[in-house]
Amino acid sequence: MKHLRAVNKKARRIEHMDPAIRPQSERHSDDDVVALQNQPNQAPPPRPHVPMGCALAFSPGWEVDSSGGTAGLCQPVERDIYDCYVTCFWPAQVPDHLNNYPDWAGKCAAATKDWRNLDLVFP
Amino acid sequence: MSAGAAYRLGEFHSFEGGGRKFLYVVPAGAIFEIDSDAAAVVGELAGKRATREELVAGLMQRDFAYNDAAELIDELAQVRAIVPVHAETEPLEPPPPDFPMQSLVMNLTNQCNLSCQYCYEFGEDKVATPDGKPKFMDIETAKGSVNFLLENSSGRRAVHITFFGGETLMNFPLLKRVVTYANARAAAKSRSIDFSLTTNATLLTPAIIEFLSENRIGVTVSMDGPPDLHNKLRVFANGRGSYDVIEPRVKALIHGHRTRPITARVTLTNGVTDVVRIYRHLKDDLGFHEVGFAPVTTSPDRLYAINEPGMNGVLEQFHILAGEYLEYALRGEMHGFTNVSDTIAELYQGVNKSHPCGAGLGLMGVGPSGDIAPCHRFVDSDTHAMGNIATGVDRAKQTDFLQRGHINNKYECHTCWARPLCAGGCHHEAFVRYGDTGHPNLHYCDWIRDWTDTCLRIFGTISAENPEFLEKFAERKAL
Repeated sequence: MKHLRAVNKKARRIEHMDPAIRPQSERHSDDDVVALQNQPNQAPPPRPHVPMGCALAFSPGWEVDSSGGTAGLCQPVERDIYDCYVTCFWPAQVPDHLNNYPDWAGKCAAATKDWRNLDLVFP
Repeated sequence: MSAGAAYRLGEFHSFEGGGRKFLYVVPAGAIFEIDSDAAAVVGELAGKRATREELVAGLMQRDFAYNDAAELIDELAQVRAIVPVHAETEPLEPPPPDFPMQSLVMNLTNQCNLSCQYCYEFGEDKVATPDGKPKFMDIETAKGSVNFLLENSSGRRAVHITFFGGETLMNFPLLKRVVTYANARAAAKSRSIDFSLTTNATLLTPAIIEFLSENRIGVTVSMDGPPDLHNKLRVFANGRGSYDVIEPRVKALIHGHRTRPITARVTLTNGVTDVVRIYRHLKDDLGFHEVGFAPVTTSPDRLYAINEPGMNGVLEQFHILAGEYLEYALRGEMHGFTNVSDTIAELYQGVNKSHPCGAGLGLMGVGPSGDIAPCHRFVDSDTHAMGNIATGVDRAKQTDFLQRGHINNKYECHTCWARPLCAGGCHHEAFVRYGDTGHPNLHYCDWIRDWTDTCLRIFGTISAENPEFLEKFAERKAL
């Protein structure tokens, strides 16, 4: 090293350490999240940012289509609202339809067309 | 590292010595001298973040060629003076379960002919519960202890036994037999054992001194300074000071024991804080090779406890002796102030401790009953016993002790730059102060940081002006 001088034994060990050996937390430090099928040294192919689904369950085709967009979803993107509202046990930021806002979605017959009719609630 | 990564400063403590600048890189315990260019990069990045390209561009504005600038940045990154912004400090690993022993402290007796008020074995803050236990170790327990050490230290050629008490020399007949037995056992296994002894010096005789010298047994004398200071607390049961009894014996020891250095170990208490005067007396008047100081371990409300202004006064006097130490070192001479030597020895290695000391790990204590303790300070304590020589180490208790004491579990320490050396401080001190061996010793953090910084500056100055001197520490182990 030209600008630094190791003055104790530990410093000399660091000086001669293979620079490729880096702590786990510093590897891929500026890469995006990499799925498990990508090998550590294999650069991921360039493509749109793809979220990996709900925190609790992965529903393929639900959030993105095969190209990473939303045009070819097997369910409408508005289905999101009802996945949290009706079918999921996990409390989400949708109105409480059991006690306080039973008619919240009353004017929304088909979510893809009528989602604008969902009521606003002010708890 | 690809192009876009942003850097921030790593975790280090910067200091100067001999007109040079240094970084003490905390997660490793490494010390690097840095030149003015590197110091400028570090200075500019303080409190900020910047990409590699930005750092390189900054240097190129200062007439660096691209390659030279990149090399400097990469050097700083290699030693982790600068790190990617989201780099994390990795937790230290626990020691391996089969960590080999290095030292055994044998408390040959728990009896003592002095009644020093601050004694951690008999004083008001004692942890020992000796009732109903043997007062003197017998030969069978002693032999078992030697075998225990040899069996639990595989892979180490040389191991160490420290004889301790009580007053160790009250059981000198056993000490002699242990030395003979241990040497024979070690030789049979092509290994070696060396010995040391801590004593209050009251019972030293010419015959004992001759034995200690012939067998190369290192001796530490517990002694608190000139008569007016020593006699304050180091007294016989009738209150009479012990100075006059030990002075001729200490002189005879230093004169007659030629094979190992003789050291003094001073306990500082309220009113016994005149470090420089104590050092002069023990080193110059009596002739000890080295003198080490430690503030008494005590609850804060004891009369002999040193209060904060008192501790600051101690630190000022430590600085005076540290300055002397540096002058000696630059001339290539060894000064006798142990507290600096011990710290320099650890800085030389670049230790990065998971635990403050080897207690319960490479070092254990054994009492007259054969009970195993984490160290001599916990001997004879039922609460802290970790098995018995006859039955082996109680691994569950040992694991509990080591987990409590591990630096990963001392959250207050995680932002402290002095943790590679301190690791939270003495387990016994923590128990007396906080009731938990794993509690960080928060009452002396500022003190430790000041002292570590002082020793770093000494280390830096020596490395700049007389680096050969540091090679003396290649073999030294701090006790």
